[in-house]
Amino acid sequence: MFDRRLVQNFDWTLLSLALILGFLGLVTLYSSVTAATQVPQMEYYKQLVWYFVGLIFLVISFLFNYKTFDRWGHIIYILCISLLVGVLIFGEGSKGAMRWLKFGFFSIQPSELVKIAVIIILARYYSKHANTTGLTLRELINPFLLTIIPFVLIVKQPDLGTAIMIVLIAGSMTVFVKIERRSFLYLIVLGVISIPLVWFFLREYQKARILTFLDPDRDPLGTGYHIIQSKIAIGSGMISGKGFLKGTQNALSFLPEQHTDFIFSVLAEEWGLIGSVIILIVFLILIIKGLNVAYRCREPFGTILSVGITAMIFWQVIINIGMVMGLMPVVGVTLPFISYGGSSLITVMICMGLLINVSMRRFMVE
Amino acid sequence: MSKYLQSADTDWYKRRLTGVVFLVLTAFLVLIARLFYLQVIEGDELRRLSANNCIRLQNIEPSRGLIFDRNGKLLVDNRPSFDLNIILKDAKPVEHTIEMLSQYVDVPATELMSKISRNKGISFYTPVLLKQDIGRDALAAIEVHKYNLPGIVVSVKPRRHYIYKQNAAHLIGYLGEISSDELKSGKYSGYRAGDYIGKFGVEKTYEGLLRGKRGGRQVEVNAAGQVVRVLRTVEAFPGHNIYLSIDYLLQKKAEELLEGSAGAIIAMDPATGQILAMASSPAFDQNAFVDGMSHEQWDSLVSNPFRPMENKAINAEYPPASVYKIVTAIAALEEGIIDENTTFYCPGYYKCGNRVFRCWKKRGHDKVNVVKALAESCDVFFYQVGQKLGVDRLAWYARACGLGSATGIDLNHEANGLIPTAAWKRARTGIRWQLGETLSVAIGQGYNLATPLQMMSLISEIANGGIRYKPLILKKVETAEGELINENKSKVTGKLPAGQRTLEIVRQGLWDVVNKKKGTAWIAHVDDVDISGKTGTAQLVSRTGSNDDASIDKANKPDHLKSHAWFAAYAPSKDPQIAVVVIVEHGEHGSSAAAPLASELITTYLSIVGELTLTSNKSDKDKT
Repeated sequence: MFDRRLVQNFDWTLLSLALILGFLGLVTLYSSVTAATQVPQMEYYKQLVWYFVGLIFLVISFLFNYKTFDRWGHIIYILCISLLVGVLIFGEGSKGAMRWLKFGFFSIQPSELVKIAVIIILARYYSKHANTTGLTLRELINPFLLTIIPFVLIVKQPDLGTAIMIVLIAGSMTVFVKIERRSFLYLIVLGVISIPLVWFFLREYQKARILTFLDPDRDPLGTGYHIIQSKIAIGSGMISGKGFLKGTQNALSFLPEQHTDFIFSVLAEEWGLIGSVIILIVFLILIIKGLNVAYRCREPFGTILSVGITAMIFWQVIINIGMVMGLMPVVGVTLPFISYGGSSLITVMICMGLLINVSMRRFMVE
Repeated sequence: MSKYLQSADTDWYKRRLTGVVFLVLTAFLVLIARLFYLQVIEGDELRRLSANNCIRLQNIEPSRGLIFDRNGKLLVDNRPSFDLNIILKDAKPVEHTIEMLSQYVDVPATELMSKISRNKGISFYTPVLLKQDIGRDALAAIEVHKYNLPGIVVSVKPRRHYIYKQNAAHLIGYLGEISSDELKSGKYSGYRAGDYIGKFGVEKTYEGLLRGKRGGRQVEVNAAGQVVRVLRTVEAFPGHNIYLSIDYLLQKKAEELLEGSAGAIIAMDPATGQILAMASSPAFDQNAFVDGMSHEQWDSLVSNPFRPMENKAINAEYPPASVYKIVTAIAALEEGIIDENTTFYCPGYYKCGNRVFRCWKKRGHDKVNVVKALAESCDVFFYQVGQKLGVDRLAWYARACGLGSATGIDLNHEANGLIPTAAWKRARTGIRWQLGETLSVAIGQGYNLATPLQMMSLISEIANGGIRYKPLILKKVETAEGELINENKSKVTGKLPAGQRTLEIVRQGLWDVVNKKKGTAWIAHVDDVDISGKTGTAQLVSRTGSNDDASIDKANKPDHLKSHAWFAAYAPSKDPQIAVVVIVEHGEHGSSAAAPLASELITTYLSIVGELTLTSNKSDKDKT
């Protein structure tokens, strides 16, 4: 059963990338939770534990042939959706958002895991329906439903950031397998018409929230202030940075999410342009590597699965870093490997495991 | 065949993937370009701003809405309070600054230092409150020595000020610092620790109207923490001004009348349900809650046997006593048990089984019909009527009159009162209802309990022809600029279960109470206006039982066993404009302790609204 070729073809590059990014994440987190109090806080040790748990999940994810996930895709999907429903009923959370499910001594955020389920179920569907002329509107109904269900459930929590991620991942995968030209035009026209319609039915406070989302300057005491502080932190790093544990903006505790969504600004302040570009390049290598796995895979499910995973990492990096630099609206999207949070880390570790899985089994296609 | 040709093969995917790589590269280039812009081109400026965490946020507190009486007389406003804060990051060295400071504010340095150490763990840039409301003298001293006091910041906050000491204290209520439980409850979104919120009375119920919206400023500060320039401002939005339905002069009068005794007075417009006055005695000083009080002050408030913290008008439950005979009369008339001509003979007592139930008047009332029974408050008449009605039928009428459940006034802690039924007693005690208990209930004693506000509801229904209104305390709401937002409208919550004829008979009885020489409140009659009402004496020691306990020596009765005195009235009898309920705890008799207060309040009100020019020299008041 255990083929020698599997060992020979093991993708050490992907594993190394996961280890490097994980290490950089721990170092940055250490600084971000230490600066204000001089001693590392609980978060650091918790994340350390999550990191090792994540490695275990990574290994589990490449032990089985990834084709198993093709076969069990719908079961995984239903399971994750039930967890999301569970969150709405039994969920716990803070600041009015219900995102966590508590299991004894730890809690998980099912919205993170759902991203993987959507990637698998869409890869399963598209691998059977893709053709060179592109998908028609009728063929898009199923993927649409598969995406909209978790989207609505996550918006209800509410966790806008993750909900948008689901749509971006599904959208990227769909565009990758190609939409038929006429259907694509229909979709665009439909979108153009529906946006003002939806806007018309929104309430005043909902409109205000969307406008603030698009233009943080409308909320100078909240999001707008966060962005300014984040830009100051990044910019003040200049070329070589202030050095490890020397960041000052961090100490202000200006951001409630300085160790989660805004962690990149801590990194950029302490390591400067040099450190920031290095980390961006590591992410870029990871993404190119992911696309390369898709490229070398010889059957559609593996290819589309790898594209979905890569799309997830790509969008999270672009949106998170774009956001802290004031290029994008502020939504709660984590930076893979770096942001604090167990569910987010484990999700990305499973994804790495899946990529390794596809990569090492590329010769096993009959 | 064609389908097979179109199916996506590995090469097709490879072509598409090549396109994707270019998109990815472009996106990363944009990110790197932005990094370059921030860290190299803007780097110097942003490093300067970061040096001292120059960009900070400052709160702008909204000013809380003002509270007026119905005629626009200002009752509650805000005054500036100068609060002393320290920002640890800017105050170098902290010990020295505190030493200096303690000279100017007259607080020992150790006490100031303890405030700081209590806030360990919070950010160096968050202001720590050292002393609230330092007063103008200390403020002047600190302003003069500002440059020797780095990191010391004086913030101006509007502070609640209750203009008339103890005036309508229970109704208006007071503010207090938000508790951590309240913050966690989720009901107070947008609030922060240290905020003041309404804790009692109108301040609490209309918190949402009065509060306003917090604003703030993004400012740039220099190394000493002083503001160099203001970057962005979000204006605070002041709370709405509210006009209560009470009349300040009448409220003041009611409080004067109650001075020295424990009890409550309510005045209401029976045609609208608007509360004109609501006094509860003893009261408390609301400003003490805002300014902070010592443990001793607080202890003396909560341990006072006369319960100053309780709004007796809505929160205290008393036996309704003889005022309840109105309900018994209505029930008996409506059920056809009696009519206006039915008479009973009162020898001064009534035998039921082997027990003797006494009338308050030992000599008895002779032959009594319903009007006379109300006017002279004959117990024996109502014992017999009550016996015929039975407790459950009586309870149905009492509930239909609005007793036994809260009136729904916009104030917290309103009590429900209690209307007993046979089933209620069985469920509560497991013991069967006794006939004797029905007799007690029929004259408003026994298990019966009612709040003064419920009694007000009852007497107003009689006054206005049978409509029950929700008691209103809010007249209108305006914005801070004076723009009308909402005029509070009357709300009907029920109807008296009495026909026109029944109502006329009851009203005749109530008129006789005050205006017939033998009426129980003759003492309260005035020449200028017809008042109708009903007295009540809520006994704390049972009148039922064997012969001799009726003759407890009144002079020797300890104060806490003395009866509560009730009077519920309306005037003018023909066209009622005001209804008044008075309860004086341990005042002994409704006729002597409560009724004169009601008639004085009524004449005061009618002269305020110009219905009455006081001519009479209430000469015959002290007789009878």
